[in-house]
Amino acid sequence: MNHGKNHSYAPLAGYLFISPWLIGFAILTVWPMIQSLYYSFTDFSLLSPPRWIGMQNFKEISEDRFFYNSLKVTFTFVITSVPARLVFALFVAMLLNQKIRGIGLYRTIIYLPSLIGGSVAVAVLWKNIFGMTGFINHITALFGIAPKNWIGTPGTALGTLVTLSVWQFGSAMIIFLAGLKQIPGELYEASSVDGAGKLRQFFTVTLPMLSPVIFFNLIMGLINSFQSFTAAFVITGGGPLNSTEMYALYLYEKAFAALHMGYASALAWILLAIVAVATAINFLVSKYWVFYENDTGGNR
Amino acid sequence: MKSLTASKFVAHVILLLFSAIMFYPVLWWIGASFKSNPELSLPTLFPHKFQWNNYSDGWVALPKYTFTYFFLNSIKLTITTTALTVISSSLVAFGFGRLNFPLKKMWFALLLLTIMLPSQVTLIPQYAMFHSFNWINTYLPFIVPSAMGGAFFIFLLIQFIRGIPGELDESAKIDGCTWFGIYWRIILPLMKPALITVMIFSFLWHWEDYFGPLIYLNTVDKFTVPLALRMFIDTQSAVSWGQVLAMSLLSVIPQMLLFFAAQRYFVEGIATTGLKG
Repeated sequence: MNHGKNHSYAPLAGYLFISPWLIGFAILTVWPMIQSLYYSFTDFSLLSPPRWIGMQNFKEISEDRFFYNSLKVTFTFVITSVPARLVFALFVAMLLNQKIRGIGLYRTIIYLPSLIGGSVAVAVLWKNIFGMTGFINHITALFGIAPKNWIGTPGTALGTLVTLSVWQFGSAMIIFLAGLKQIPGELYEASSVDGAGKLRQFFTVTLPMLSPVIFFNLIMGLINSFQSFTAAFVITGGGPLNSTEMYALYLYEKAFAALHMGYASALAWILLAIVAVATAINFLVSKYWVFYENDTGGNR
Repeated sequence: MKSLTASKFVAHVILLLFSAIMFYPVLWWIGASFKSNPELSLPTLFPHKFQWNNYSDGWVALPKYTFTYFFLNSIKLTITTTALTVISSSLVAFGFGRLNFPLKKMWFALLLLTIMLPSQVTLIPQYAMFHSFNWINTYLPFIVPSAMGGAFFIFLLIQFIRGIPGELDESAKIDGCTWFGIYWRIILPLMKPALITVMIFSFLWHWEDYFGPLIYLNTVDKFTVPLALRMFIDTQSAVSWGQVLAMSLLSVIPQMLLFFAAQRYFVEGIATTGLKG
């Protein structure tokens, strides 16, 4: 192995190979991050050069009720859609993890919405089926519920976006399925010898063994959900009464409709801070519930 | 043994139910795309009489440009960016996966961090930069970044390259093969399944990308299919939903075809790297 390492020591070739990414990283990530941090302390409209205004943007944001509204909307969306998606994904993955016929077909059908779910086309579909004459009202009519405009009502509009997001649990499901296949069958055999039922096995074997995968899905789900944009933009446009104005949507409006690019940059850094803190908290808490292979021995 | 079959039966019932719920909106979508406007408010899945002209009329419903034009725009752009993404990502992945160089660990950690970075933080300066290059309303804001590799894809390919035994390239090295030769002649052919996975996901994401075109493209002649769809709803006072749904359905057909043609790469790709939640 050491021999191989020496052979592969090639500083020039190494940097040459990674240079596309390295250049992109410098020009499209690092430099823009520095700039947007600077912009966040300026008044900047793109048409004229940025003008330094110190903490003014952040002070205004702290008094901006639309900012607080978008935070509330985004947190509600994240806290409802991320866990729901994980629960569905895990539940279906466990069903599919048996030796049953037609697993490929089930997997295909259940994955299909996730394949196309992010597209404008599906947003258009959603706008229609949750509309006044959409098919959701036909279904609720079966239960004697009066038809309503789900998208046009502040109380239910966000729910339609959550539903759309949960409908796309397919990727998380496939990751769970791969994780479930990694769990050695002996663990289940040993625990059933100990007299554990299906339910206890789920809590004592499946969940701990799968916890790194759950953690991964949770983190990626959180990061993506905080940045959710297209569905809200196309289906509800942030309305009615700003009830679906997600953070990314509000930022977009500030930057590209109002051309308050300094203000929007400040919003972007606040979003980064929120996502970083949420991720960090999850990493800290993960110590208490995520088990990696090498410490499974000490867990019994 | 008996309880096993019973549990399988229950699993089938639940899975069928789930599949039905998951698939019902798509089925309704297909039916609705053939409906006339009055029929759309009926609870039936399929119309009495199929309105094939939803497709033919919808295709030419927008002024000046037909959907042929928007599809061609999307295809041209997506193929270019996908090809560049695959080439650049594989080069970078080879560097990280096979070569040793100073600070490699640090760069790799930064690569992983960029996957988690919310794009909003770089959005405005990138826009300002492309604006100053006069790249607004061109395809360059999509093409140039794609030539610099996607962090996600690079990570996926590195994972794959690490699984390829090193003896092959070592003996090639002893035979005097250059690093590029090893990349080109040994690793690249062996990487084919992973490259196909990258190609598929890159195609899908570029195809459905809405935010990028929304901010960078502002004249109709540059519009991609997602933007055209949005315009389709916006420009009509009374939306002819049948036509809109028909065009929307057509817009996801390339994605579906790709999915059915390369299903196993999908499942492997998602499972090995945990792509996008």
